[in-house]
Amino acid sequence: MAYLLVAFPLAMAAVTFAAPSNRWRPWLLPAGGLAHLALVLWAIFQPAEGSLPAVVGLGGWLLLDALGKVVLGFLAVLFFLCSLYAPGYLALRSDRPNRVFCANLFASQAMMTLVTLSHHLGLMWVAMEATTLVSSPSIYFNHNPRSLEATWKYLLIGSVGIALALFGSFFLAYSSVMAGLESTLLFDQLIDEAPYLSPPWLHAAFALLFVGYGTKMGLAPMHTWKPDAYGEAPGLVGTLLAGGVTSCAFLAILRVYQICRAGPEGEIARQIMVSMGLLSMAIAAVFMVRQRDFKRMLAYSSVEHMGILVMGIGVGGLAVYGALLHLINNGLAKGVMFLSAGNIHRAYGSKLTDHVQGAIRRVPLSGTLFLAGFIAITGAPPFGPFVSEFTIVNAALNDGQYIAGALFLLLLGVVFIGMGATVLAVVEGKPASESHFSGLRDSISTGAPVLLFMALVLMLGFYIPPPLESLLKDAAALLEANP
Amino acid sequence: MEQFLDPLLIVTLALNFVALGVSRLRAVISAVALQGIVLGVLPLLVHPEIGWRGIALVGVTIGIKGIVIPRFLIHAMREANIQHEVRPVMNFMMSLLLGAIGTGLAMAFSFTLPLLKEHEHALLVPASLATAWTGFLMLTTRKKAIMQVLGYLLLENGIFLFGLLLLEAIPFLVEVGVLLDLFTAVFVMGIIIHHISREFASISTEHLSELKE
Repeated sequence: MAYLLVAFPLAMAAVTFAAPSNRWRPWLLPAGGLAHLALVLWAIFQPAEGSLPAVVGLGGWLLLDALGKVVLGFLAVLFFLCSLYAPGYLALRSDRPNRVFCANLFASQAMMTLVTLSHHLGLMWVAMEATTLVSSPSIYFNHNPRSLEATWKYLLIGSVGIALALFGSFFLAYSSVMAGLESTLLFDQLIDEAPYLSPPWLHAAFALLFVGYGTKMGLAPMHTWKPDAYGEAPGLVGTLLAGGVTSCAFLAILRVYQICRAGPEGEIARQIMVSMGLLSMAIAAVFMVRQRDFKRMLAYSSVEHMGILVMGIGVGGLAVYGALLHLINNGLAKGVMFLSAGNIHRAYGSKLTDHVQGAIRRVPLSGTLFLAGFIAITGAPPFGPFVSEFTIVNAALNDGQYIAGALFLLLLGVVFIGMGATVLAVVEGKPASESHFSGLRDSISTGAPVLLFMALVLMLGFYIPPPLESLLKDAAALLEANP
Repeated sequence: MEQFLDPLLIVTLALNFVALGVSRLRAVISAVALQGIVLGVLPLLVHPEIGWRGIALVGVTIGIKGIVIPRFLIHAMREANIQHEVRPVMNFMMSLLLGAIGTGLAMAFSFTLPLLKEHEHALLVPASLATAWTGFLMLTTRKKAIMQVLGYLLLENGIFLFGLLLLEAIPFLVEVGVLLDLFTAVFVMGIIIHHISREFASISTEHLSELKE
């Protein structure tokens, strides 16, 4: 079962790569996405056999626990919705060969699945690095100098981050060697051993792993690849990066955090998470004000929300549940934003607010969705992100963490204003001269998937399905378990 | 065998300075290749009784770090027709100085970390930190894409040195994964270098400066 989850998208990647027709190949994406989603759901709801989880493999190196289930389930939904958008998008870009692009999407889905299943520090690292490698060619889809620059930065900064994470993994392993324990890199055993691990090594390991995986996640100040990559990649890839790859890196940080919490460094780790989270929000807020490029604006919004995630985990208590829920809300809302921004970008042939005005008149559906997505992502009711952000701030205030809570609210306010100015500039006003209009209008194939994303974001604002809620609670309990 | 360990580590450190202080790409590639070969031999000295798995690791490391990647980079260098790092962000004197300071700090820092008895005497930890630092320095101060790739290789070499402390603790699969990932990373970077040179008729990342705030 565990092998199948990874092998299936890999096989699909091979099939896609072998498919001869540029025109029909993109339709393999929704087919494969749906099948993978079905597989994942089946795996998630397999009943555990006694004390053993249902999905294990490689002698415990692969294991699907509650935390993995939340991220994997979300990844499968995200990929499926994105794959619905792909055929319509690629039909508009029929001038470009899409063989490598489509195969890479499947390959990165396989690697991300492997990250969620890995229960071994080394294996997780390998999977994370592979995710970086296979996702980078998709950023270069447009084959122009700007996307080349973005790909180079993504690859180089991402690889350095991942190298630091490996260094951290070695430090962590040495901390158990140092303590005279039987050295292991399996998470469950590391958590059991955590109280005995050598504190200086564990401390250094957490710092390196946090910086390393934080780079992949795009936390400030290691976020510099993000605006370039998200700005130049197709909206579809932006969604998968902002929702998928970053969630995997977040999961990696959570695994390490779990170990630290069980050990002597728990309190320091917690404080690092809160302060780095707030720093990311603050830096994102600064760069979002007066941002003229609306796709780069989305990248800074992603930096902000990554900050919210780690801060929520650091605050602890109910906020952990909030942060995990926010992972889903943010990813789905990012889907709305990136895909509608992609549609607007294509309609105008520009992504600068100087040229793009009055989107709501020219591409009514995408313009409206872009505006609605903005309202959702900034945490206004009645959408999903409101619920999760409210949970986090509520937990912080109830726990007496007033400064963190107040800063959180303040930064959310600044972001709302900064982002609002750019979004309104795009949506409102009179469409500028006809010179910036490519003639492309809204169509069902590129509009309906975005509507689906929006519907899910709206639904999570009112109603969280009971199976999802119990999964989230189990995952939060794993992170909050008292050693 | 252990008496050879420290001299070889000092060679490694010296090669760091060669890589930092020279502008000819060919020379830097050779320095990094030589360092790769030295690194490949080290597992034999740290754990003389490592068996066939260790021998395989030695072979694979020398093959990839010492032969495959350097040849690949020389090929990329010829393809793009460049020989020198022309104007680094920071001049060579300055980067040598920073390299020396970093190496000193790595020594000082590694003495504050507790080590197992059998690891205490060796220079492994300071050499590892210093090499990683050198790689970091090259990554950030050089403009030629190939130089940045070489910096990344040095960073990975530093990590490899630390991995030697864990040779018994870390399963082989992970070590192979490390090498394999390294290889593919350079491979993908090589392809991109190729694209940069075609797109801009040079592989200086200086041209990659359109995207900024």
